[in-house]
Amino acid sequence: MLKDQDRIFKNLYNDMGSDIISAQNRGDWVNTKEITDKGRDWIINEIKDSQLRGRGGAGFPTGLKWSFAPKEVGSRPHYLVINGDESEPGTCKDRDILRFEPHKLIEGCLIASYAVQAHICYIYIRGEYFVDGQKLQAAIDEAYEKKLLGKNAAGTGWDLDIYIHYGAGAYICGEETALLESIEGKKGQPRLKPPFPALIGLYGCPTIINNVETIAVVPTILRRGGKWFASLGREKNTGTKIFCISGNVNTPCNVEEEMNIPLKELIEVHAGGVIGGWDNLQAVIPGGSSMPLIPKEKCETLTMDFDSLMAEKSGLGTAGIVVINKDQDIIKCMARIARFYKHESCGQCTPCREGSGWMWRMLERMAKGDATKDEVEMLGDVTNQIAGHTICAFGEGSSWPVQGLLRHFKKEIEERNNLDPIVQKKNNIPYLVDQHLLDKKNA
Amino acid sequence: MSLRRPAKNQPENFEFNNSSLDAANKIVSKYPKGKQQSAVMALLYIAQRQNGNWIPLAAMKYIAKFLDMPYIKVYEVATFYTMYNLSPVGKHFIQVCTTTPCMIRGASKLVEACKEKISENECELSNDKSCSWMEVECLGACVNAPMMQINDEYYEDLDKEKTLKILDQILKGETPQAGSYRGRINNEPENNRKTLMDYKNA
Repeated sequence: MLKDQDRIFKNLYNDMGSDIISAQNRGDWVNTKEITDKGRDWIINEIKDSQLRGRGGAGFPTGLKWSFAPKEVGSRPHYLVINGDESEPGTCKDRDILRFEPHKLIEGCLIASYAVQAHICYIYIRGEYFVDGQKLQAAIDEAYEKKLLGKNAAGTGWDLDIYIHYGAGAYICGEETALLESIEGKKGQPRLKPPFPALIGLYGCPTIINNVETIAVVPTILRRGGKWFASLGREKNTGTKIFCISGNVNTPCNVEEEMNIPLKELIEVHAGGVIGGWDNLQAVIPGGSSMPLIPKEKCETLTMDFDSLMAEKSGLGTAGIVVINKDQDIIKCMARIARFYKHESCGQCTPCREGSGWMWRMLERMAKGDATKDEVEMLGDVTNQIAGHTICAFGEGSSWPVQGLLRHFKKEIEERNNLDPIVQKKNNIPYLVDQHLLDKKNA
Repeated sequence: MSLRRPAKNQPENFEFNNSSLDAANKIVSKYPKGKQQSAVMALLYIAQRQNGNWIPLAAMKYIAKFLDMPYIKVYEVATFYTMYNLSPVGKHFIQVCTTTPCMIRGASKLVEACKEKISENECELSNDKSCSWMEVECLGACVNAPMMQINDEYYEDLDKEKTLKILDQILKGETPQAGSYRGRINNEPENNRKTLMDYKNA
């Protein structure tokens, strides 16, 4: 288990209060000027040395991302945007940072803004976190009062203003370009990339977008050194991470742990074990709903980091672990996730808009045992038509959980669904037709 | 995508009152000059709060003029985002999360409770017209599942009995305490905490 002194979020459970005095007692804002005095290149190099990877799901190296910002500010100002649109089912880590460690985030914003030469920072928070957003706003107000923000913020000579922008219940706005569209006051529909936001982002200006957790760990990394952070976890999967363990466990919780920690340790030690005992475990979704599930056999030895989960054809994502025990119907669980994606598709790309609905309807019928034999293959085919054929990664996010189900629980689906095909082979029906239309006799 | 339609009965006019106007001007100033369209989401919230928790079409037209943008752009935003209510909801608006992490911990029991206490169907006003409920997608408090949101506050670690109690309080006009209903502190592992113990006991 990680030593307490190596934990970054010491107030994760709000034992000490989130106000600025308690935050300063914990070491926030202590020597911000000393950090920025070392210069942009030093900051970016130190973050590169720490091998910090983005905590929002994709795991892109943060130092590298910052280095994409233009070296000189041209006619267009630079922006820093913080992604706090945490909506991935199974994930609730950013909420605790917003309400209990807001000053880590604000100080991180100042340092990151300095490093990418931004004078304005927008923090995008999902609309449902209104109360938590107010707590962050109170912390921002405190920081302004203490001259830690505004002109010559914290004595660093850098001017920075931070504004909160609330979302309004759209999962897709967690995608970085959809988030930019949303800040610009439009529907949250992702943009084609390239151009990447680092060059053409918010209002067409260079914009760096980072997750709340990524930015909140930056001040501690710079204080304790990139080497310290890199010494935790393993090569290319360094540091600590807040894991959210939910679902069928005895004590669901958020906990900050070292990367590469065994999944079993997280579940048994922190989450108090699976309800009904380890043998009652059916599957685990390791990184928020969009990551393919992992069956029990593999959970024994699985370690939680980006690369080892990738090797299992899943991913760390946001590290929102959903434990599903044998009391649950796994097909129903996945059908509900498919319904989530059907609801949240932005509607821009056809494969995703239509396909997410197909997957949901097919899975609902499969859960009831109303599907035909050939539909199991067809479902797999639909997922392949979606993944990789959309503007943003939502296509992958919605089809991966279904692919995971098919990979590991195909037998269960086939046992339950052995009706004969509705459409006999002789009929010359187009290959991809909406199955629910065929259910009607006259279709 | 979800299908969202504006209400049939629409008021003719809408205007910001003074406090809404102040708030709106303050928000517009957060964005660069000429980019006032960015404020549309926040202004829709202000309109929703002023108008008893829903947004009439007249408010969208008003906001379009206020921000000097086409009406259809405001309409697009209002219909795209699910937190804008396009038809009247109860003064106490109850949203029950039923996505998988909540579902496997018994969110359907919360839905049952809402059906018993408020209305048989979602998005329908209760008998005294003060409450309505609906199922929503993940609210981002999965560790505290099952949970629901009433207006701005989160009610966590629920079961059917506790939900019935909360709904009773609301129907009586009281404000129930927000947060965990199993008495645990925030997101710590209940009675099983093994980290940051020095701070807990400090």
